[in-house]
Amino acid sequence: MEKKIAHFTIDNKECTATTGVSIINAARENGIFIPTLCHYEGVKPAGSCRVCTVKVNKRHLTACTTPVAEGMEIEVDTAELNDLRSSVIELLFTEGNHYCPACEKSGNCELQALAYRFGIMAPRFPYQFNERDVDASHPKIYHDHNRCILCKRCIRIIKDEKDLPAGSQGRSIFAFNQRAKKVKIKLDDRLGKELSDELAQKAMDICPVGSILVKETGFKTPIGQRKFDKEAISLDNSINLKAMKEAHHE
Amino acid sequence: MPKKITIEPVTRVEGHGKVTIHMDDDNQVVQSRLHIVEFRGFERFIQGRPYWEAPVLVQRLCGICPVSHHLAAAKAMDMIVGAGTGDGLSPTGEKMRRLMHYGQIFQSHALHFFHLASPDLLFGINADPNIRNIIGVALEHKDLAVQGVMMRKFGQEIIQATAGKKIHGTGAIPGGINKSLSKEERDSFLKGEDPLNIDKMIEWSLGALEFFKGYHKANRELIDDFASFPSSHLSLVRKDGAMDLYHGVLRAVDSEGKKILHDIDYQDYASYIGEEVKNWTYMKFPFLKEIGKQDGWYRVGPLARMNTVDFIPTPLAQKEHELFRAYTNGKPNGMSMHMHWARLIEILHSAEMMKELLNDDDIMGNDLVVKGNKTLEGVGLLEAPRGTLFHHYRINRNDQIEMANLIVSTTNNNIPMNLAVESVAKKYLNGHAVISEGMLNAVEVAIRAYDPCLSCATHALGKMPLEISLVDKDSNIIDKKYSG
Ligand code: SF4
Repeated sequence: MEKKIAHFTIDNKECTATTGVSIINAARENGIFIPTLCHYEGVKPAGSCRVCTVKVNKRHLTACTTPVAEGMEIEVDTAELNDLRSSVIELLFTEGNHYCPACEKSGNCELQALAYRFGIMAPRFPYQFNERDVDASHPKIYHDHNRCILCKRCIRIIKDEKDLPAGSQGRSIFAFNQRAKKVKIKLDDRLGKELSDELAQKAMDICPVGSILVKETGFKTPIGQRKFDKEAISLDNSINLKAMKEAHHE
Repeated sequence: MPKKITIEPVTRVEGHGKVTIHMDDDNQVVQSRLHIVEFRGFERFIQGRPYWEAPVLVQRLCGICPVSHHLAAAKAMDMIVGAGTGDGLSPTGEKMRRLMHYGQIFQSHALHFFHLASPDLLFGINADPNIRNIIGVALEHKDLAVQGVMMRKFGQEIIQATAGKKIHGTGAIPGGINKSLSKEERDSFLKGEDPLNIDKMIEWSLGALEFFKGYHKANRELIDDFASFPSSHLSLVRKDGAMDLYHGVLRAVDSEGKKILHDIDYQDYASYIGEEVKNWTYMKFPFLKEIGKQDGWYRVGPLARMNTVDFIPTPLAQKEHELFRAYTNGKPNGMSMHMHWARLIEILHSAEMMKELLNDDDIMGNDLVVKGNKTLEGVGLLEAPRGTLFHHYRINRNDQIEMANLIVSTTNNNIPMNLAVESVAKKYLNGHAVISEGMLNAVEVAIRAYDPCLSCATHALGKMPLEISLVDKDSNIIDKKYSG
């Protein structure tokens, strides 16, 4: 079937993309960065973080879950939307316990990088100081719930594919446990035990914050060589560009 | 009427402290105390954190000498990852850490001598406080002020090149280091544009020493008699008795120079050193167990190190050490103001050490980390600018820190500082009905000699054992509360 091309505008710039791809990808194809914390190229979007919120024909929609269509007028980089994104990021900072100074993900953390990009000096909301715990019982992974932003990337991306027919989805190794305010990420008892070194490292890499850490490797990368030390988070160094390239390569 | 004088805050020291002095009807000092009113709590909130985070987290208890805490914690973690104590790292790992440490000693001592202490020497203890500060130094003794600033900068640049950042870097990791020096970095320190190169730093260090020695000649009474009292002295020394600020065995000598702690392996420090808690300060009182709580206290820091080591393993500093020791006929020196002299000798030694390390190709090597058989407990000691710094950690099988005990330099100097305060308070205040600003500054000068970093000296949270006693006029205890 022939792919249909959609014509649309982003911040008044004429753009084209294949009809049906998400706005976040359509924007990237046109050289425009829409920030996100939960979206990951190649897996089903969750729309959970709301950082990618854009306006489509004057309505607020998440760019990761909305397919692009002919004639859309999309707003991305406006004062109102950037303030909205900023407020979402600030809420995440106040809801969890994020102490960048001693966090080994500092410099590689997408939440921190976005805070810098938006010039957040201090959150406008009061800190919640929610009591969260850490789970260090896994031999390979140190899981710090203080920093989890519940983006579900780990659930959606880290899958066990052993003994499954090719093309099937795989079983999630990470899962949500409990509900509402108490909800937290947990490793599947059985699958977690068999977690390979590669998957453990991947889990750490795709976690946008310092919640999933591979044990005993912290602070290996010197300051100055970390991902966001030299450049602010952007289209060029976003995790999704990397994921897209990897997917393409495969 | 009896009166109580409070000096709060004590100025030109790092952190917050207060001094109270009680005087009776005849204007005689009956009691004086240095209180540490800040509260940190790191020993408590490090619990549950992964062990590899300790060197980065714990250094946050200080913005002045974070490198010391960073390295002491890393040394403790070396034990935990099975890289041994002190001598197990790769040559690059060990030398990069040493370079970081000597850069830190150099910049911290420079800050202390030029910025915090020199105003008292240059303008006099009684001078107008509006001039008696670093701005006054900058206006009237420009050369000295510039040297102070540039020496500090040089040390900070060394720290940045080794730790990644000037303050709160991440260079030292369990078992080693996360980077080595590039050739450009090394060359910039060896041959950098004037004045930022190591030869200039050595020249200025010698100059600062000459300045002090000249000052000493002209002001013998102040430098020799001010807060002078005998004490024991404790520090790390290299196995052969040489000065080694990064690693060694623990030695203490008494006021006559007799060894009272015999070059022990510091992993066993707890068998030799106890800590007492008192109800009027957050700071603990360490003591040598064998001698007991009453008399087991000791001094640490530059003065103590001059007294414990047999020699300094760099030629220029060794010459100065010989002069220093000759001044007291080879006996331990108990003069608090000689701490400045000792500090300047260490500035020179640090500069010489940096030069030696920078000229060593290992500093550019690629073998950064060593790991062996993991253990659950580790102790890391080093000689921080202000004295011996102890870090002790125990972890559980899940890699989480279960217990942390820190004895920082200022805590080790707790009794000596209180004695110095008392001696000066008595000398300057006794018999005076009217107390002047200059008299009170004299008390601060005594504290400043020790360069205390009050901010890092208090860190037990939640389990802080506090004993409060209600005492009547005849000193009978009528009520006692204990929390801990
Ligand atoms: S652990 Fe990390 S990846 Fe998983 S939900 Fe939390 S923040 Fe997202």
